[in-house]
Amino acid sequence: MLYREAINLALDETMSEDTNIVLLGEDIANVGGTFRVTEGLLDKYGKARVIDTPIAELSIVGNAIGMAIGGLRPVVELMTANFSLLAFDQIVNHMAKLPFMSAGKIRLPMVLRMPQGVSKQLGAQHSENYENMLSSVPGLFVFAVNSPNYAYHALKKSIKMDDPVIFIEHELLYNKKEEIDMKSDLDPFKARIIKEGEDITIISYLKMLDDTASALDEIEKELNCSCELIDLCSLNPVDFKTLEASIKKTGRLIMIEEGHKMGSYGAQIISWAVEELFYFLDAAPLRLCGKNVPIAYNRKLELASIPTPKSIKKDIINWGRINGL
Amino acid sequence: MDTALMEDLYYSMLLGRHFEYAAKENYFQGNISGFLHLDIGQEALSVGAMKAFEGDVFTTYREHVMALSRGMSANAIMAELFGKVDGVSKGRGGSMHMFSPKIGFYGGDAIVGGHIPNAVGCAYARKYQNKKTGCLVVFGDGATNCGGFFESINIATSQKLPLVFLCENNKYAIGTKIETVSAFSKQAKKVEAYMPTVEVDGMDVLAVYKAIKKAGEYIKEGKGPIFVEAMTCRFEGHSISDANKYRSSEEMKKCKELDPLLKLKPLLDKVFVEKIEAQVIRDITEAVNFAHESPEPSLAELNKYIFTDEGLKHAL
Repeated sequence: MLYREAINLALDETMSEDTNIVLLGEDIANVGGTFRVTEGLLDKYGKARVIDTPIAELSIVGNAIGMAIGGLRPVVELMTANFSLLAFDQIVNHMAKLPFMSAGKIRLPMVLRMPQGVSKQLGAQHSENYENMLSSVPGLFVFAVNSPNYAYHALKKSIKMDDPVIFIEHELLYNKKEEIDMKSDLDPFKARIIKEGEDITIISYLKMLDDTASALDEIEKELNCSCELIDLCSLNPVDFKTLEASIKKTGRLIMIEEGHKMGSYGAQIISWAVEELFYFLDAAPLRLCGKNVPIAYNRKLELASIPTPKSIKKDIINWGRINGL
Repeated sequence: MDTALMEDLYYSMLLGRHFEYAAKENYFQGNISGFLHLDIGQEALSVGAMKAFEGDVFTTYREHVMALSRGMSANAIMAELFGKVDGVSKGRGGSMHMFSPKIGFYGGDAIVGGHIPNAVGCAYARKYQNKKTGCLVVFGDGATNCGGFFESINIATSQKLPLVFLCENNKYAIGTKIETVSAFSKQAKKVEAYMPTVEVDGMDVLAVYKAIKKAGEYIKEGKGPIFVEAMTCRFEGHSISDANKYRSSEEMKKCKELDPLLKLKPLLDKVFVEKIEAQVIRDITEAVNFAHESPEPSLAELNKYIFTDEGLKHAL
């Protein structure tokens, strides 16, 4: 099943069970979503439950909060994370804080889905990653979705939670294919070990995880070592337990992400590892990120701005050699 | 209008007035800190609207009197101002964040205009649920210049939502005269193309009560939202730290001549008025004592309420 189909199935199955679940977003009903995620749901559930909104993100999120206050369970699709900036007051000041400020009298069972990241030549205003900002806000659960299986299970569980969830997708993953384990009782808060290894812990998420995975064979061959690759899955809270066990085993840590290096999400993971696991580290950690530049339209400039399988391979091999591998 | 209702409106306005006096006094005594936006002078609007409307209410940071007249206890509100554990938000919210879903009161929002889209969403929920009532959202003239306001009047109209927009036009956006920053002095102008608009004397509690009752009836008809603009005037600065220097003593004199309490008082029985004044003083004294005696929140519960108990298991 494709990533976008897995999300669609999760929406469909939960909507068929609970009439309080409504979807809202730009072009999600008639068009079926820019990435075709909500295709077919309008016909099945009608326009009162699959709502085409105006192009007004502040209101899309603000209205969803009000719907949740009113007893519904809204699932929002923001066309891309780039537009979430227009809704940041609603996300940060309302969605994340109303439950706390009301001492729990208000609960917001809602999910905010948004694809992000560098796609193909969409230009500076359509290529950003905002998981660093979103994960810094107390009161939100932030999940980063790499695979169809995780998408399906984590979304179903997110919709059933009574706390607000940010569900980050990546624009280039919608056609990723994977069998879904329907019987799995997947815990969305748990990091996923993609491949076990002994010498280096590599942590990533979203598309960079796949780019890293595709370079892994050559890295291992070149450095004559084995890498443990971890999909972080939940960016807030972080499954530190899984990370800790891995780092204690390997003694080496690499963090790979697409966002700009300044203020990057992974800086937090590296900082935690240095603070908590300093004496278990055999080498200075490596953090591979996007460069501190807006993303250019030109394809070569665009690719020079973010880690690619090629640059990941080169950077890890260099780092490995310096650090005695 | 029947006597019992008029007496109730007067009692609520007087309770609100004395509550705010006590809040001000306790602020200067150091028992209350942070922001404090007093509603003195605007009680007719707050009380009239809250007593008249059946349904869910979303308000601003100037909401003590609205919370009181909606049915929240003076004790719980005062304790919240003191930051105590018996406060309506257990000391987590403060002056600007009072909530009581039980009575359909959803804040208490401290971002100007930020709660309007929330009210729109809640009105959508009420329509979806086929509820007989809708929502009321209260905001100042300043909020009508925010983008979210314009998005909201568009969505509420296009979706035909049961929502009363109540604009509290006190002619100042914090300290800036409305004409300086708004294209119109009457904010209804911005809305006329979307929905019916009504102007009401916001210093006359009976007029506000009637206007909101009627607006509440209108939104039940399924024709969409309605906009009520209440012309009002606050006796104090925007907040406790605002010295109110931007209004002349002449302007303030005129404003205070419109005192909504003095307007209603002559219509009431003198014995009732005396009795009720004594009652209000007792209620407020009790609220202040209650707030003093209530304990501080436990530091061990710092993380509580961010998430549900189930969510908290994962968050820590």
